[in-house]
Amino acid sequence: MTTLDDDAVVVDRPSWPTEETSEGPQELTRRESTDPRQLAREVGAVLRLPEGPALDPTQIDLERPDDETMIINMGPQHPSTHGVLRLMVELDGEVVLRTKPIIGYLHTGMEKQAEELTYVQGSTNVTRMDYLSPLHNELVFSLATEALLGVELPERAVWIRMLMAELNRVSSHLMWMATNGMDLGSTSMMIYGFREREMVLSFFEKTTGLRMNHNYIRPGGVAADLPDGWEDDVTLICDTVEARTYEYDELLTGQPIFRQRTEGVGNLTAEEALALSVTGPLLRSTGVPWDLRRAMPYLAYDRVEFDVITGTYGDNFDRYAIRLQEIREAIRIIRQVLEQMPAGDYRLQDRKVTPPPRGRIDASMEALIHHFKVFTEGFHVPEGEVYVAIESPRGELGCYLVSDGGPKPYRMHIRGPSFVNLQALPLLMRGGLLSDAVAVISSVDPVMGEVDR
Amino acid sequence: MSSVTTPPLALEGVITTQESPSSIVAFVERARYLDVVDALQGEGFEMVSDLCAVDQLTSRARALPEGVAGERFEVVVSLLSLSRHQRVRLRVQLPESDPHLPTLFDRYPGTEAMEREAFDLVGVIFDQHPDLTRILLPEDWEGHPLRKDFAVGRVPVQFKSAPGPR
Repeated sequence: MTTLDDDAVVVDRPSWPTEETSEGPQELTRRESTDPRQLAREVGAVLRLPEGPALDPTQIDLERPDDETMIINMGPQHPSTHGVLRLMVELDGEVVLRTKPIIGYLHTGMEKQAEELTYVQGSTNVTRMDYLSPLHNELVFSLATEALLGVELPERAVWIRMLMAELNRVSSHLMWMATNGMDLGSTSMMIYGFREREMVLSFFEKTTGLRMNHNYIRPGGVAADLPDGWEDDVTLICDTVEARTYEYDELLTGQPIFRQRTEGVGNLTAEEALALSVTGPLLRSTGVPWDLRRAMPYLAYDRVEFDVITGTYGDNFDRYAIRLQEIREAIRIIRQVLEQMPAGDYRLQDRKVTPPPRGRIDASMEALIHHFKVFTEGFHVPEGEVYVAIESPRGELGCYLVSDGGPKPYRMHIRGPSFVNLQALPLLMRGGLLSDAVAVISSVDPVMGEVDR
Repeated sequence: MSSVTTPPLALEGVITTQESPSSIVAFVERARYLDVVDALQGEGFEMVSDLCAVDQLTSRARALPEGVAGERFEVVVSLLSLSRHQRVRLRVQLPESDPHLPTLFDRYPGTEAMEREAFDLVGVIFDQHPDLTRILLPEDWEGHPLRKDFAVGRVPVQFKSAPGPR
């Protein structure tokens, strides 16, 4: 570092320009000062499987002269890192050698906060984690709470939840198509993706009152019934979005530049994906047909028809194709929900769990007491612990809930798919070009709100 | 597509409870932890889907099956078998004085970030972990916030005393 010769102004400053913001040992360090096991991890050598291509940490080139490689920092504020993701990459020219994602810039202690909120308030908290698929977060929290309560939901509540979850999958994947197009320089795709997503969000606004962070799916059912004429809105969304996906085919799928930038980039094998606990489209792109909606059905997914989309090569293009096809499969499910939506109640009519209707409060003392109890103290959940997992657009979204019998969770842990999938980055980026790194980050589809929680 | 309902052989001699047809909860002693995980991996549990730690400071009297002594810390590991369509959740009790557990990194590299998170937020130390540093909190943070005795709301807000517009 160069210093000014005789200027006293610089004395108060830290001796190293990045010291104030340094994350210390969390950062990527030079090879000679890195533990071999950690180095192997950063290189992306993940496999310890008996038959897999295990990489011996001692075989990594420790003595690489430093003037050939350089460590650069990317993010945390970078337009293509999908939020405040910071990457430190070691480069040899333009080739990525090592990568280390540094996270935590969006950490707001939501798991700690959940211990201070009742189960009624809890879904307002979790919905802010994965802000692109908030309904899935609410769903997994509600399912976990209901599993501890041991309650059975009315049919209509289940099907409304499924409708909203699939619509959310459509909007989340559309958002991904938009940002992925942007990362690869296809700005038209960004405009189109956002345009279609807007339709879905408008329907969400009509139903839940908000475009994001809905707090619509709650323990005991959903907050309100679907609005009048919802069938027409949903049919319009299905028809429009489905027709537009074929336009995306023309725009991107067959386009030579797009294919060259995505095919064979960021390869992942099934063994590597499983070893890294990677789920969702990333895992399916390697050819593993694992979808929790099919493998361990929740809601009423065992009563609708849909296909689990898998890829072959595990590259960026497969992940693109899977997400595009999953939009169509989600629409297929939505169409079946439209046909089969049962009549009935949209929430449980158990006054110990859900509040009474507004009209009853004026007429019944009992109802007033229940209303008051639910919204002040909250309902008590029997002691126990449960792990519930659902298939969010990004993979396995799990909720581990521990109750000590009180009205607040004793401990709530969310298994964020992005948090786990992000571990695949060093592997996906190794040996690739820096310009492809942006495409690789995009294909992992991390949502930093969920990574950092 | 039916799930296997028989418990894996690896859990013989381990205290288990059946949570649901496809999910088993097993209480494993720390000494047998790695052996059980190895045996489960050999039986087709390909993935650790989740790993987190719980501080049981204020719920020492929690209901546990007979023969399991509750300790302050509990590490909860969810293993998933794609071939058997089954989950096994291991609950390992760790005493307050010695919250150490061997890492699963060599068996399941995907636990790297999860173990770092458990270390960061609850303060469980995973021996032999390649890079046991804080992951969500800044490096100079003091304490482990998901512990029940961590004081909430004592961190001064940086801009608290900044003069307002008027």
